[in-house]
Amino acid sequence: MNLITALARLLIFPGLLFAVPAAWFFLWVERKAVALMQERIGPPFMQPFFDFVKLLAKSTPPRRGIGGMLMRAWPLLAVSGAAGAVGLLPVLPSSGGFEGDLILLLALLELPSMCIIAAGFSSRSIFGEIGSAREAALSVSYNIVFLLAIVSVAASQHTFRLEMLAALPASPLRWLGIAAILVCLPAKLHINPFSLPNAEQEIYAGPMTEYAGPELAMWELSHGLEWVAGAGLVATLAAPHVAIGWLAATLFIVLSFVLVLLLSTLAAATARLAIDTTVRFYWQCTLIFAVLAISSALFMRFRS
Amino acid sequence: MNLWKRLICTCRRRSPWLFHMNSGSCNGCDIELVAALSPRYDAEQLGVRLEGSPRHADIVCVTGPVTRNAVAAIKTVYGQVCHPKAVVAIGSCPATTNVFIDSRTLAGPLDKHIPVDVFVPGCPPRPDAIIQGVAKAAEILAEREMKPAETELPPTVEEARP
Repeated sequence: MNLITALARLLIFPGLLFAVPAAWFFLWVERKAVALMQERIGPPFMQPFFDFVKLLAKSTPPRRGIGGMLMRAWPLLAVSGAAGAVGLLPVLPSSGGFEGDLILLLALLELPSMCIIAAGFSSRSIFGEIGSAREAALSVSYNIVFLLAIVSVAASQHTFRLEMLAALPASPLRWLGIAAILVCLPAKLHINPFSLPNAEQEIYAGPMTEYAGPELAMWELSHGLEWVAGAGLVATLAAPHVAIGWLAATLFIVLSFVLVLLLSTLAAATARLAIDTTVRFYWQCTLIFAVLAISSALFMRFRS
Repeated sequence: MNLWKRLICTCRRRSPWLFHMNSGSCNGCDIELVAALSPRYDAEQLGVRLEGSPRHADIVCVTGPVTRNAVAAIKTVYGQVCHPKAVVAIGSCPATTNVFIDSRTLAGPLDKHIPVDVFVPGCPPRPDAIIQGVAKAAEILAEREMKPAETELPPTVEEARP
């Protein structure tokens, strides 16, 4: 991957120029799906954009010292991590890539969640600290399953390169891995039934309690970009390989949209689980499947 | 520059986030505020969102006749909301202290302590009246500057004295 393709992927497609409007669109779909399921009309189409611009034009409380600087830095770091993850997705055929970019993608996908944990603690609000502790507990539980699922997909196809993974035909093992990733996505996106860290009204706004104005706008954007990256990762793994560029892009967008719709419906239909139930769900119920997936992937690898 | 300002105006008008503050209300107005967000009235069509933290909010909705205990909390919360901001007083209580007038436990009405932009009278007001009040406050909010004007600052101790 040379510099120009890397920049084009990061800034144009599927990077910022595509990902930011897509993030707003997915945030709207999330709210609209909830509204429709409650027989409401719901927010207008441009609502996430209005919210973003309004938040940009609000003042922030004065923040001093290292803590203040950190509080400004975390949301920016989260946005850049999520945007980088979107930029790495192999949407277009033969768009370049490098050996091991799957590992970089996983690290970048994890960055917003790390930033949320740090943000809650550096805001020094009691609700922020509770939210961060919950996020940390949640992250420890779903990440085992998430990482095992991705490693099993990669091991079954003998590569850690995203483009090769997307190009190879899907095997039954890969579908098992995709299913495991899908189970982890609601926790990764902090939506119901795993909306524990930012549990609205229960602990005010969790780690985001003390954030205001442009900082909050960046958090909203990073949440939207996480939607694009999470849904996009599953879409690229599940989509059949298409050689034509525009067709591949359309397929990616349609698949991501369907995924977002599914997850929003799940969020609207369920209530928030308690933290111990969530941890038990991931450690007891889904971990078995993830271990099965990775052991069969390794077994197949040694046999071949 | 002018275009940017107009865009901000539109966005502020279309996305008022509320913080609900109860200052000793009988819960009548609180229930009506919740009803305004429920499927029947659906205030989210106007971009209204009920926020958990005052830091996220644009409009503070105060219910209740402002008891003595609540004064400090109201001032703190008003200070925590970032500029530009607006205040909606929901019900007759924050406007006039209503039937509790002359009570020893009250320090109301509300505009003695923080500047109020819109009063929604009624005991309790109907949800549609509350939505209209919030929409009006959002219009006031849209025209506000980033820096607070003199009228938006809470009155000093001398001014607040009856």
